[in-house]
Amino acid sequence: MELKAENISFSYNKKRQILKDVSLSLNSNQIIGLIGDSGSGKSTLCKIMAGYISHYKGSVTLDGNKIPDKDFYPVQLIFQHPEKTMNPKWKMKKVLNESWTPTQDLKDTFGLKDNWLTRWPNELSGGELQRFSILRALNPKTKFIIADEISTMLDAVTQVQIWDALISHCRANDIGILAVSHDPELLEVVCDDILMFNEINNL
Amino acid sequence: MSELPWYNRGLFSNLNLRQKTILTIALTGLILLIIFISGLLTNANLPTDFSIKMQPPSFQHLFGTDWMGRDMFTRTIKGLSLSIMIGLVSSILSSIIATILAFIASTNKFCDEFVSWLIDLFASIPHILLIMMISIGFGKGAFGVMMAVAFSHWVNLTRVLRAEVLQINTSEYVALSKRFGKSKLWIAKEHILPLVLSQIFVGTLLVFPHAIMHESSVTFLGFGLSPHEPAIGIILSESMTYLAMGAWWLAFFPGLALLIVVLLFDIIGDNLKRLFDPSEANN
Repeated sequence: MELKAENISFSYNKKRQILKDVSLSLNSNQIIGLIGDSGSGKSTLCKIMAGYISHYKGSVTLDGNKIPDKDFYPVQLIFQHPEKTMNPKWKMKKVLNESWTPTQDLKDTFGLKDNWLTRWPNELSGGELQRFSILRALNPKTKFIIADEISTMLDAVTQVQIWDALISHCRANDIGILAVSHDPELLEVVCDDILMFNEINNL
Repeated sequence: MSELPWYNRGLFSNLNLRQKTILTIALTGLILLIIFISGLLTNANLPTDFSIKMQPPSFQHLFGTDWMGRDMFTRTIKGLSLSIMIGLVSSILSSIIATILAFIASTNKFCDEFVSWLIDLFASIPHILLIMMISIGFGKGAFGVMMAVAFSHWVNLTRVLRAEVLQINTSEYVALSKRFGKSKLWIAKEHILPLVLSQIFVGTLLVFPHAIMHESSVTFLGFGLSPHEPAIGIILSESMTYLAMGAWWLAFFPGLALLIVVLLFDIIGDNLKRLFDPSEANN
């Protein structure tokens, strides 16, 4: 499968354009890194590709087809701040099962402890919450993962654990990853190929 | 070992805070229920006995008697029961209206405009005038007052809820839920409703004293309950005539009783909020 973004232009307001004719393609057996400065529009591009922003110019296609909006979206974005992506009045079990019910094996691979499931989101740390949001995105219907600075708040050991688990799962299930970060060392370790955001953005 | 605080000693020492909260709610609810039911069961048509008119409080007549020799304690209980019923029904009804309108407003831009217009419309009509008109329209009496208070008190809560729902709708977890393919109805029910539930409870309890106050004022003006029904509003407005003659008990005890009932509702509201709000759940 191929996720393709073609000639994407976008601006939040008329004065300042943030994306201009950005094109990007990603295969489902690939892990591509995207690196760029803060505020350059990386997250905006991620949101466009994952269907969060709809009023952009250009096209995002999956194997040449437009992605249907109503059903489960096959391109899943994992956010930088997991605590914002969880309803504060839901227990973690409900948060996780909103997407799907992962197997016990998978929970163990990501280091999810069973007693976390009965807690509220504000009782877990950022790293613990991020494991939930990654696992939530790995629904069987997911074809691509866009990881927007998902490991920034984690310590080195946890980063390795989470990336290892994520990469092995995605390789086994033919899920492509677009990893966004401004940490070149990390991207060099996890990615097959690295793109410079400033080079693909024709601003 | 440090000294335990008073609330951790004695009878309730081995309950945790959650159990204590539930106990408080249950006891308070029980008191209100007793007042309500005993008011329903007592006969309002008290015999008039002019030989014992205008008696100050005594053991025979705890709250004294009025100018027709009727026992004020019985009348107060009966009046409280009526006030609780009117207050409860109308505040719950107005919260339901507010919740429905807030969710309608969240569906699309046109509905939002419409609900905002409706809020402005109702807010621009003087309250008491609106209540009078609706009360007459529904045929006065307890039913008319209930409907009138319910249909005039949803405005503030709707405004608060509409803003709250708008804010939740822009949150990342709602956006993510849509990406998971969940429907708008599902999101409204599962995501938004639990988050605004405490707001709805607080709103309902804030309307409650208003409901009683407006019930009595509209009754005072002659557009509400009929004078033989011993609502607290009627008792208080009648007592105005006799206060100057030194009959303080006619206003004091019914007023105090009303205050206590309102406070009991407040206690229930606070404790419910504590149960539902996760940030306070472990305090």
